[in-house]
Order: sequence, then structure tokens, then C-alpha cells
Amino acid sequence: MPMIEIHNVNKWYGDFHVLKNINETVEKGEVLVICGPSGSGKSTLVRCVNRLEEIDQGEILIEGKNIHAKDQDINQLRAEIGIVFQQFNLYPHLTVLRNITLAPMKVKKIPRDEAEATALALLERVGIGNQAHKYPVELSGGQQQRVAIARALAMKPKIMLFDEPTSALDPEMINEVLNVMKDLAREGMTMLCVTHEMGFAREVADRVIFMDHGEILERGTPEHFFTSPQHERTKAFLKEIL
Amino acid sequence: MEHFWQWFSGLFANWGVVWNNFDYLLVGAYPQGPLGGLAMSIVMAVIGIFGAFWIGLAAGLMRISKRPWLSWPALIYIEIIRGTPLLMVIFWFYFFAPLLMNQSVPETESAIAAFIVFTGAYIAEIVRAGVLAIPKGQMEAARGSGLSHTQAMVHIILPQALRNMIPSFVNQFVSLTKDTSLAMIINVNELTLAARHVYTRTMKAPMEIFLTIALLYFAICWVLTAFSRRLERSMARYQARTSHDR
Repeated sequence: MPMIEIHNVNKWYGDFHVLKNINETVEKGEVLVICGPSGSGKSTLVRCVNRLEEIDQGEILIEGKNIHAKDQDINQLRAEIGIVFQQFNLYPHLTVLRNITLAPMKVKKIPRDEAEATALALLERVGIGNQAHKYPVELSGGQQQRVAIARALAMKPKIMLFDEPTSALDPEMINEVLNVMKDLAREGMTMLCVTHEMGFAREVADRVIFMDHGEILERGTPEHFFTSPQHERTKAFLKEIL
Repeated sequence: MEHFWQWFSGLFANWGVVWNNFDYLLVGAYPQGPLGGLAMSIVMAVIGIFGAFWIGLAAGLMRISKRPWLSWPALIYIEIIRGTPLLMVIFWFYFFAPLLMNQSVPETESAIAAFIVFTGAYIAEIVRAGVLAIPKGQMEAARGSGLSHTQAMVHIILPQALRNMIPSFVNQFVSLTKDTSLAMIINVNELTLAARHVYTRTMKAPMEIFLTIALLYFAICWVLTAFSRRLERSMARYQARTSHDR
């Protein structure tokens, strides 16, 4: 069974048709990169996958479960889908450690010492094991985003969503975040990444899709996508960004 | 000129009256009799602000709820109170509370109830603004990790929002402290009524007496305001990064 199935999804913001008849399937362990100009609906699509946005038509299945169904326990589903935002969205009133242990303790009822051990191991893994007791404002942007990734991983998710994770970072901090994401991809995490980092796409994506005006215009392997794009708008976009 | 100074200092010549009645201004007839004076003002303000905090927290959260059956009653309550003078609210509670409860309600209690209900509406607006000021990415991050709406409110939104609201709460407390003087209208023996008692009893030194209580009100409010300013400064570094958008 595929990890994520998106069937005929349509969404409007008032009169604005933000997602037009989207169909896509993501297998377990697959890394899908979504790119496109701003306002193309790519962030909205990713945010529909954990229901931070509602859809108006169609359905989205996670391991066969319809997440937009009325009787679906959304909190339980979200616990299995990590999300990383452009603006990090760390909790500024909590230490790095508490940022990471909060959801495991409150949602999964994991005891504090166990949650803290996991959190410290994750911080070690993203390369900032010595920052656990600081507050988010004391960290650089790249460090904050790595904490945000560790926070998402602490829930042991089956899927990781990345919504432009490096767009708010200073250039010299982009790589430290991308490296963490690459490791994650190689370890077999199912990932949906909205990103403009074409180097990242080329290196670890299994497939790339290109969206514009709420439609998927192009889909294919990174190889196909970068060397022989079919659609005019894809070509124009690639010319802009590369 | 000399005449003026003679006349002016004559106005403030009788500090003995204040001195002799100072304990009455501070605590009323306590401990022989009931508590009054400044102590009563403070007791009413403190109970009032604590009661108002809970009512205001509830009403403020109801007000921003997407469910109309929660937001409408809160909206009506807030708007009615904000469009009504406090003195009116004090009268309502004084005249209607006994009718409603079918028994007599002591003046102090009905005044405190009026303060709670009145200040609660203002606190509700502070709470509403405070919660809405938290970047929406905070709620998204919390919900996105599987926390329920209530858990996200309790652990993420309110701790940040309430911390930001502390200076506004202190301001509200300052206002309420001064407003307790209105309770004299229904015969609650707080500082202002105590001052009038001293004056009517002695028929002397009105300037000294009322200057004294003005200074007492001022001292309390000034200390609170200074405290609030310090809090505000020490809090600045915890402010959340504001999120621009997707």
C-alpha cells in the first residue's frame, strides 16, 4: 500500500482555485521534491497532507486512511507525520529540550526521562547535542531549523513534510540543514519537500514534481526533470532558478 | 503675596487630624471593628483582579472561539460592560443581587462582584488581543505535532500570551485600585469613605485629609506601575519571532 495517495484534490480560497485536480502517489521511503514559483500551491498541498489545511474535493489517504474523513482522529494521524516549517516555529518560551519532548510526552504519554534521552540522541544526530538547555532565540537560524527537525523526528514519524525549510536561512546555514535532510532521506524516510534547493533535489529526490497555478505540470525523475523538461513553464522556471 | 502664603499654609495647618486618624484611614476600625480604609480598598482590588482574571480568561477565549454559541455570549457581555459606567454596574449589583438571590447581600460583597464582572470584560479584551498576537505558526507547529487544540492552548499559546499580558494586567489592577473608591457610594468603608468619615467626625482639615488619601492611592499605583515597567523590560527578550508567511 502506498504511503500517501492524493486523489482528485481541489481547494479554493474564496474564488481562488489554489489546488486543481491534484493526483499523486508517494511510496514508502520515497523522497518527493515539489517545486514551483511562489503562489503555485505547493505549500498548500503539503499542508493538506497533515490537514493543517482542509480540502474541498477529493481525498488524501495515509496508508489507506482518509485523513479528511470526519471520524478520523486527526491528532493521532498527525503524530505520525512530522512537519518542518519555513519559519521554524520553535516554542520560544521553552528550552530546546522541552521543545522536543513536549509532543512525545503529551501526545504519546512517553515518560519524561525516556523522552529526554530520545531528544538528546536526536540533537546529537543533527549536530547540536550541546545546545539542549538553551532557548531558541539563543541559537542561529540553521541551529533552530535543526532543532525543528529533531522535534518532528521525536514523534518517530512515518512521513516528514518540509515546507521550504531553508528559505528563511542565511546562505551559509543552508547546507547544515540540507545535510540533515539528506541523511534522513538516505535512511529511508518518506519525505515530501517543498524546496528551491535544486542541488538537494538532484542528489536525493526519487521524483520531482513542478507545480504552477495550482496544477502539477511536470513530474519525473530528477534526471528527466533537469535535463529534458517538457513543459514551457518548467523550462522557464528552471532557467530562472539554476 | 505674604497674604497668599499665610492663607495657603493655613489650609494645610492641621496635620494633627490626619495623624490622629491615620490608623482609621489605613485599616478602619480593625481589629476592634470591621476592616476599612486603605486595607479594604486593597482587599477589594486584589480579590477583584483575581476574580476578573478567571472570568476574563474564559470570556476572552470564548470570544475568539469559532463556535458562535461560545463567542456570542462573550461578545455581548464584553460590549455591554464596556459601554457602561462602573458606577452603574455597582448599583446593579447593589440593588439586583438581593432580589436575585432572595436574601440581603452585604455591600462589600456586592461591590466586589461588580468589580469582578466589570474588570473581567476588560481582561477578556486583553486576553483576546494577547492570544491573537501569538504568531499563527505556533499553533500550527503544536497541532502539526499531534497536540489537541486544548493542549496547544495550555502548553504553547497561553504561556506565551499570558506572559505578554502581564503589563496590561498590572495596568488593569492599577485602574481597579483607584476605582474601588466608587464603592463608597453604596457605603463600603474603603479609603475614600474612611476619609469622609474622618472629615465629618472632626469637621476639620479637609485639605490635609484628602491630600493624604490622594498620596496613598498614588503611592500604591506608582509602585505597581514601576513594577510593571520592569517586567516589560525583562520580558522583551522572550518575544516570539514573528512569522511572515508562506
